[in-house]
Amino acid sequence: MYEIIEKRTLNPTIKLFVVKAPLVARRAEPGQFVMVRIHEKGERIPLTIADYNPGAGTVTIVVQEVGKTTALLGAMEPGDSLPDFLGPLGVPAELPTGGRVMCVGGGVGVAPVYPKAKAMFERGVEVISVIGARTAELLILEEEMRAVSRKLYVTTDDGSKGHHGFVTDIVDRLLREEGSYDEVIAVGPLVMMQAVARVTKPHGVKTWVSLNPIMVDGTGMCGACRVTVGGKTRFCCVDGPMFDGHEVDFEEAIRRARMYQEEETLAREQCRCGGEGYGG
Amino acid sequence: MAVRKTRVPMPEQGSAERIGNFNEVPLGYTAEMAQEEAGRCLQCKNPPCIEGCPVAVQIPQFIAAIKEGDFRRAIRTIKETNNLPAVCGRVCPQEEQCEVRCVLRKKGEPIAIGRLERFAADWEAAEGLAEIEKTGPDKARKVAVIGSGPAGLTVAGDLAKKGYRVTVFEALHAAGGVLVYGIPEFRLPKAIVEREVDYVRKLGAEVLTNVVVGYTLTIDDLKEQGYDAIFLGTGAGLPRFMGIPGENLNGVYSANEFLTRTNLMKSYLFPEYDTPIKCGRRVAVVGGGNVAMDAVRCALRLGAEEAYIVYRRSDEEMPARREEIEHAKEEGVRFRLLTNPKRILGDEKGWVSGMECLQMELGEPDASGRRRPVPIEGSEFVLEVDTVVMALGTRPNPVLPRQIQGLELRSWGGIIADEETGRTSAPGIWAGGDSVTGSATVILAMGAGKKAAADMDRYLRGK
Ligand SMILES: Cc1cc2nc3c(=O)[nH]c(=O)nc-3n(C[C@H](O)[C@H](O)[C@H](O)COP(=O)(O)OP(=O)(O)OC[C@H]3O[C@@H](n4cnc5c(N)ncnc54)[C@H](O)[C@@H]3O)c2cc1C
Ligand SMILES: Cc1cc2nc3c(=O)[nH]c(=O)nc-3n(C[C@H](O)[C@H](O)[C@H](O)COP(=O)(O)OP(=O)(O)OC[C@H]3O[C@@H](n4cnc5c(N)ncnc54)[C@H](O)[C@@H]3O)c2cc1C
Ligand code: SF4
Ligand code: SF4
Ligand code: FES
Repeated sequence: MYEIIEKRTLNPTIKLFVVKAPLVARRAEPGQFVMVRIHEKGERIPLTIADYNPGAGTVTIVVQEVGKTTALLGAMEPGDSLPDFLGPLGVPAELPTGGRVMCVGGGVGVAPVYPKAKAMFERGVEVISVIGARTAELLILEEEMRAVSRKLYVTTDDGSKGHHGFVTDIVDRLLREEGSYDEVIAVGPLVMMQAVARVTKPHGVKTWVSLNPIMVDGTGMCGACRVTVGGKTRFCCVDGPMFDGHEVDFEEAIRRARMYQEEETLAREQCRCGGEGYGG
Repeated sequence: MAVRKTRVPMPEQGSAERIGNFNEVPLGYTAEMAQEEAGRCLQCKNPPCIEGCPVAVQIPQFIAAIKEGDFRRAIRTIKETNNLPAVCGRVCPQEEQCEVRCVLRKKGEPIAIGRLERFAADWEAAEGLAEIEKTGPDKARKVAVIGSGPAGLTVAGDLAKKGYRVTVFEALHAAGGVLVYGIPEFRLPKAIVEREVDYVRKLGAEVLTNVVVGYTLTIDDLKEQGYDAIFLGTGAGLPRFMGIPGENLNGVYSANEFLTRTNLMKSYLFPEYDTPIKCGRRVAVVGGGNVAMDAVRCALRLGAEEAYIVYRRSDEEMPARREEIEHAKEEGVRFRLLTNPKRILGDEKGWVSGMECLQMELGEPDASGRRRPVPIEGSEFVLEVDTVVMALGTRPNPVLPRQIQGLELRSWGGIIADEETGRTSAPGIWAGGDSVTGSATVILAMGAGKKAAADMDRYLRGK
């Protein structure tokens, strides 16, 4: 059993949990994820490791309530335990140790961007961050991101905070006006990552995205998480989740993410919840 | 009473009824039936049947005990060499292992050794007396077993019995390997697997789930933690796809995913269980092995109106057990033999709408000795299906083996291990089961586990 030590409500649908999982904390690296099951009849869902503390033996996850499992998890409290918490899974992000990197996070995607920005910042990389949400109250981890960024830009779709528009507006402007970024790392809904990759392509900047397909085991055994990258089928759980955004077949990824929509609605009927999801 | 030439039949759920549920199909012998069947055994002096069993179950002895009605002695005899009799009695391919060697086969039907083994194990479970028999004093040495499939459980059981401190590390949230995630409930009830895992626990082995070695812990971590010997029983869980157009459409599954959702995650009980499965009305399963039969029979139970096996060779070459093929036929599965998929067709929303196939004919024998299927030109046709399951076999997952220094692998990913001892090229590391042979059988994995456990014991005592 893996005990929830701490909980924070970041916005009405996004919660942060600190979970006791010493083995996972000991080996975790930015870019990796865990597979979580919240009760004995539950499904296995992937969640990014948003932070970790090997000394305290804890792992932080940030969850957006989009369906049954995430809603039930969102309702859990410190003292409750998760029966299964497997990880750290996936290939750690290959983070640069110098130069200038743009970190882009959309919605709950800011959570997975944070550990990467933090690790780079600590190594002396010049981190410029762009984070966005639909509206001001949905924006998460702004202070945390500011603390690990040389400069932080905020966007909201409705203009209630920062730039009125999408993160891609800023990404585009920065690339045109400031030039010379060594890398862009973008995490958020699939359509956002697709848009970022489109914007960075003409500038020839290496762009990493973190894919979030539906997963079952998370260990390379089922193939549910297959994505097409550079024309080849890859298993996101063992070959990813970070891939070269210019090589990813986003159309296919978006289509596959919708595979269980009807069933998800059915499962959700008992619990009132909604939202766009990490990839919706 | 004249001794019968044919085996005592085993009662079964009727085919019409059973496709409406996931309950076990064969119902098992009663004590009378078991004793009658046991009465047919000739108690051969040099019993050839034992040679066919990879773990050398003392077959005539346990059958004699059943005949006499001493079921406790029967199960004890079996368990001297086999830690998982309730599993083996159900899923061993007995017709090519123990039973094929039985002398009675020449005159009629061989003894139903598997059914009797199952009977003895189920009797013990019903009486609730899993007896623990340690054969050695407690020892200080620690053994790590990676993977809780039949190979790993056998090593753990054997070494725990000898008194070693054994820890089994399993990546999934439940122990049992393919026995829990692959083989469906109606062939192997999960309660039985749990019972067998519990038995290994009672022998003193610790079973830790949610630990994927290579990620959560590394082999070096294990060595640092004082594990003196390590067994790799990681199986062959990496699914294969055909590489044809349309394989990533919605509605195309690997058999592993289809079966894992169904069995491990119990999606047939959705929405009581949270994991969904999308099984359409017309389902094609590509392949001709046990895995394909399991997938297609699950599809029927999940509500498919038409379920097809699409296999590129003929009936004779199908590698699945006869019993499973017969069961599938009884349940209404349609066999499209000498048929090979060419591409999968999709609708405008990206869902499977059909599968274009080619008719095949058999040509010259290939390396496996079976006649090679060759496509008949211009024979393309479309099978109208909305779900496709690829059951093309699996390979060892390379993630962990690649991290182990000095571990030699075959070109297809199998771990190279000595057949008699299970030793690998990496010091202190043994391997056995599907991770070495590629997809094989439960009993071969157990046989490999037995040999490895014996050699690990020798090694540890010499250390
Ligand atoms: C590697 C990886 C890391 C992830 N990290 C996080 C994270 O840190 N925080 C977080 O909140 N979520 C994360 N996700 C997404 C998360 O796993 C899903 O939101 C979750 O599985 C939804 O489960 P549910 O039962 O609540 O919703 P469901 O009822 O299953 O789905 C509700 C809605 O979400 C969509 N959806 C379902 N599964 C996914 C998915 N895997 N990705 C995107 N959309 C999906 C559905 O299409 C539907 O519209 C990650 C996914 C992956 C693959
Ligand atoms: C659908 C299906 C039906 C079958 N039907 C039959 C049948 O009727 N009769 C028969 O005899 N055989 C059958 N087989 C074959 C049989 O199940 C296998 O040969 C047997 O299970 C192999 O045992 P194993 O112990 O080598 O590996 P597995 O059973 O594959 O177990 C390996 C275990 O190791 C775990 N693991 C892998 N890597 C790691 C890691 N790095 N860290 C921790 N854990 C890890 C896996 O999660 C898994 O639980 C069937 C197989 C399938 C898929
Ligand atoms: S373990 Fe399998 S092969 Fe051995 S006797 Fe039992 S059924 Fe036959
Ligand atoms: S070969 Fe057949 S008859 Fe002879 S001992 Fe074995 S099971 Fe009995
Ligand atoms: S989730 Fe099963 S292979 Fe990736």
